[in-house]
Amino acid sequence: MSTIFWIIIAGAVLTYLTRAGGHLVLSRFPHIHPRVEAGLNAVPAAVLTTLVAPAAMEGGPAELTALGVGLVISLLGGGMMPMFLTSAAVLILLRHLLG
Amino acid sequence: MSADSYAAPRGTSEFMRGVRTSVPVVVAAAPFGLLFGTLAVENGFTTFEAILMSATIYAGASQMVGLDLFGQKIAPWLIVLSIFAVNFRHVLYSATIGRCLSHWTPLQRMVGFFFLVDPQFAEAEQRVERGQGIGFSWYMGLGLPIYVCWVTEAWLGAWFGRLIPDPHALGMDYLLPIYFLGLVMSFRKRAFWLPVVLVSAVASVIAYRTVGSPWHVSIGALAGVFLGAMLAPARSDGEEAP
Repeated sequence: MSTIFWIIIAGAVLTYLTRAGGHLVLSRFPHIHPRVEAGLNAVPAAVLTTLVAPAAMEGGPAELTALGVGLVISLLGGGMMPMFLTSAAVLILLRHLLG
Repeated sequence: MSADSYAAPRGTSEFMRGVRTSVPVVVAAAPFGLLFGTLAVENGFTTFEAILMSATIYAGASQMVGLDLFGQKIAPWLIVLSIFAVNFRHVLYSATIGRCLSHWTPLQRMVGFFFLVDPQFAEAEQRVERGQGIGFSWYMGLGLPIYVCWVTEAWLGAWFGRLIPDPHALGMDYLLPIYFLGLVMSFRKRAFWLPVVLVSAVASVIAYRTVGSPWHVSIGALAGVFLGAMLAPARSDGEEAP
């Protein structure tokens, strides 16, 4: 088997360990400290933000406008789908106009 | 207890509810699945290896990083380490969501954790937030379409090569950030949401500029999580840290 094959298998095993491991470690503790609990509750916003922020920083006018429109739609209570589709449409439109 | 308990949710309807939730995720991830397949072949992977990577690692960002490093002839162990570094955030997902899966069998948990990708985690957490609880049927209804499409896209991307004439004009490279922004916003009712988002954003941008690409995710996330833990009042319910 090729080097690529073994890189993939090793990467897959380690990735699975990260997905199962957090729970396996935490479930060994009968009580969870409130700070740990609060930290875990912050996980979704914290992680997802790191996937957006650098992309926003690198973005040009079209990208930033698209994100801004998505932000406003979310704040107005629009659901995921309307926000996503409108924001994507704005991006495509502006890239054609500006690009 | 759950908001929809009057409906006595059955396995299949819960599964279909999960499938419906998966639609925007599948749409948002599709360009990346295809792009991965295309880039994999360009970086010297066979079609089989491209499909194998999507099917076994099943984590887009780390797959792209792996490809990139392989193309640069980096030592194999360093590539594996980088894949691990990019995916380390899943430890947090697993610890977070695992608290809500105590009613699953050990086998269900073993299977379920394999599918714990970013949107899977985010959608599951939102269900918890709505007080609905995470059933195994719903979870797999959400996860299986995302998985099957992701693996199929690697094959399509590898097979047809440049299937998309101008990915940039179609905004393909920017759909995931938009999708992730939507997810960030959906958690805005949580305690300390704004400070956590601001700190994570600043930390990840600084790390992106200084340390470099895969690491900014872990560094930014840890900064936000740490802040969340610090801001919380440490209730003295007699269970202080050992």
